Amino acid sequence: MKRIKQKFNKIALKLIVAVGVTTAIIISIYSVFNLKAQSDLLLSEFERHANQLSNSIIKITRTSMLAYDTETTHDIINTIGKEKCIKEVRLFNKEGRVIYSNDPNLIGMLVDKKAESCYVCHSSEKALEKVPVDKRARIFRLHPDSSRIMGLMNPIYNEPSCWEADCHVHPKTKKILGALDITMSLEEVDQAQRESTIKLIIFALTSIFVLSLIVGFFVKKWVDTPVSNLMAATREISAGNLNYTIKDLGNDELGILGRAFNTMTKKLAEARMQLFQSDKMFSLGRLAAGVAHEINNPLTGVLTYSSFLLKRTKDNPELQEDLKVIVRETKRSREIVKGLLDFARQSVPKKHKVKPREIIDRAVSVVNNQLILKHIKLEKIYEENLPLITVDADQMQQVILNLLVNASDAINGDNGKIVIKTSLTNLLPYGMTQIKTAVCPKRHNLIDNEVKIEAMPTIKVKIKTQKLSGYLNLDPIYGKNRHHYSIEVKPGEEIDVSCPRCNISLIEEKELCPKCNSRIFTFESPPHGMFEACTNINCDWQRWQAIDEGGEKTYVKIIIEDNGSGIKPEDLSRIFEPFFSTKGQKGTGLGLAVIWGIIDNHNGSINVESEVGKGTKFTILLPVT
Amino acid sequence: MYDILIIDDETVINEAVTKIAESEGYKIDSCTNAIEGLEKLRKDTYKITLCDIMMPEMNGFQLLNEVKSEGINTCVIMITGFSTVENAVKSLNKGAIDFIPKPFTFDELISSISRGLEFYEIEKRIKESQLGNDDGEIIYVACPPKYLKLGNTSWMHLEYEGVAVVGVTDLFLRTIKTLSSIDLLSVDDLIYQGSTCATLHTGDDLVHNILAPIGGKIIERNEKLVENFSLLEKDPYFEGWLYKIIPADFEYDMKYLTHCSTERV
Repeated sequence: MKRIKQKFNKIALKLIVAVGVTTAIIISIYSVFNLKAQSDLLLSEFERHANQLSNSIIKITRTSMLAYDTETTHDIINTIGKEKCIKEVRLFNKEGRVIYSNDPNLIGMLVDKKAESCYVCHSSEKALEKVPVDKRARIFRLHPDSSRIMGLMNPIYNEPSCWEADCHVHPKTKKILGALDITMSLEEVDQAQRESTIKLIIFALTSIFVLSLIVGFFVKKWVDTPVSNLMAATREISAGNLNYTIKDLGNDELGILGRAFNTMTKKLAEARMQLFQSDKMFSLGRLAAGVAHEINNPLTGVLTYSSFLLKRTKDNPELQEDLKVIVRETKRSREIVKGLLDFARQSVPKKHKVKPREIIDRAVSVVNNQLILKHIKLEKIYEENLPLITVDADQMQQVILNLLVNASDAINGDNGKIVIKTSLTNLLPYGMTQIKTAVCPKRHNLIDNEVKIEAMPTIKVKIKTQKLSGYLNLDPIYGKNRHHYSIEVKPGEEIDVSCPRCNISLIEEKELCPKCNSRIFTFESPPHGMFEACTNINCDWQRWQAIDEGGEKTYVKIIIEDNGSGIKPEDLSRIFEPFFSTKGQKGTGLGLAVIWGIIDNHNGSINVESEVGKGTKFTILLPVT
Repeated sequence: MYDILIIDDETVINEAVTKIAESEGYKIDSCTNAIEGLEKLRKDTYKITLCDIMMPEMNGFQLLNEVKSEGINTCVIMITGFSTVENAVKSLNKGAIDFIPKPFTFDELISSISRGLEFYEIEKRIKESQLGNDDGEIIYVACPPKYLKLGNTSWMHLEYEGVAVVGVTDLFLRTIKTLSSIDLLSVDDLIYQGSTCATLHTGDDLVHNILAPIGGKIIERNEKLVENFSLLEKDPYFEGWLYKIIPADFEYDMKYLTHCSTERV
């Protein structure tokens, strides 16, 4: 019962029922009017036909009447009366006596003038002399279940030929000599009407059915399927499966809703992940602090008593030795607890000048045992006399540690090898510096956080060719040209570049590209002055004067290379995104995103090169200040 | 009149401290909650109060506030298992004279107690001199104005932009006996506010840890002090400096430091 009720609650069914009922009502109204009109037409046609027949009988019998040839008149009446649809043909005289009839038993009988057939003229005391043609007919049934019968009373008027005839039966003074009454069966008419009613009902039912079917099909296609997809998605999400996405839903409102739903789910998943992560860290911190607090009390008892005993037993060297061990080991426990508390505390990043190799060695010492167990060879190639770098030592240690763990995870089987290499390098800002701010002349922000290249927000400008208009997402690294074009631009094709918000043109009119003579566009990157780039899709010319003027910068380069499984090319561009993980359930997907954040915080850069089956190479550049 | 009151909800600690204090000849009383402790402090005189921070009903910080607002004459030393630097620094800022992180050793406890008792005596003499019984004797040398200090232990002074000088206060040195040796950290070492940055050994075999007033990286240490540690006692604010450091986050550490100009002798 509940299931049926549920079925009836579905939008699709409601729509189908609504369409069906509307169709039924419209077709019913149409049918009623149509049948009525048809029936009226048929009856009037039939009546005209009966009238004609009646007039014909009168005209045919006229000659024999004038000749007073009763036999012939009888014959004619009988012959006509044998027609299939004709039931009775009666000729009355003025008094209502039947003179001729196809039924011989009726001849000579007197009909009651108040009878239904006579009523048209004899309704009042004085009979009507003229009866309009349309009033002459009457329809009745002999029995309630017999077919309908139409009667037609046709008055016979006196004419000069009648009273001048030799028989002198009719005097000149009479106006009406008698009447001819024919009754005909309407069975055929009724039959035709019934048939057309049935046809109409069949038509109505078929069209309701077909219409519902068509409406049902489209409703299912356009409404029901997307809505049930959305419902299924909602159920999945509410059950906690935030990875669920709705497949392509087309471009209508429901499609847009579906896409919005997908975006929402994605955001939700990210938020949950973040929450989960911070919650995990928080609980871990609280747990550590709680454990530390609980353990410290018994430890205090042990430490105070043992150190007290140590003082009191100065004259007992044998006991002293043992007590010293207890004190030493308890102090060690104290250090462990302190370490736990240090971990739990969210430390404010503190930058110091440190030696690069110190950080690397500290990170290596953490994973060294793991590497030995996995038979991974670790090769360290350090350049001597590297300058100090200003970093948060703990954070940077975390970066190196994470990369080492990743490298170790990527290595399966024997002959695993990780190489750590440090060197000093001087680099031009070209190809290195990230454009972090960008505004149009009207100070609209051009930074686009939606489209990212290697996890860095891009610079979004509007472009227009002769035919098309769209967007260009500029690679945020000065000198790198991994731009995204939303429309197809041919090499050398002239394009207009403008601000997506206010449409102000960014084209520099006074200057052309020194490399290919195309037009150039420009925007400000505060506080580092103007950034210029060529509009030609094939030209890589860019200029950032304020940055170039800074000249070469010195960086410490740290390379961590493994010969593990490598990263697939399609994953390579996404590995620095939060929550992107190739480790499945094992990883949180935060590792490389956090690493990227730390490196970025230190104004450094991190790069990855990888080949499936050959290994992965991470290159970190940290500025020497 | 007692020397010490120990307030800790853990009886094992109360007993251990009592045993150690009595073995050293101190008169000690104990209780297991701060409310009872406060009652005792109101009734009797205790030179120093050792108080746990994390306790049910009333915690160590609340007790410290009560002691300060009621003007109870006792020197409060905090003990806690929550030995985060933040707690240490916070309690010193609120008027505790010292801080012992749990778990502690016999030596650490005794050193702190002896300093506390000395501090009590000094405070008593300051009060007497304020009452007019000034015999002209210098009780201790206050740290120069413009200097900042952490509790009564250590001071720091921004020498020039980006470099800070760190040292020990005269008041701290007055609470300990004559130095026998001094342990310093080396250049390039990192120090953190509230954690030990130097250790002083005194003639009575006690060990006193100096808590760093700010965090940072040591760029220079006073080598003269290594050769001749008596310099520290002679001129703690100038010649007797410990380290020159590059502060890691001066703005952050500033919150818990007090200006020396507020100090009156």
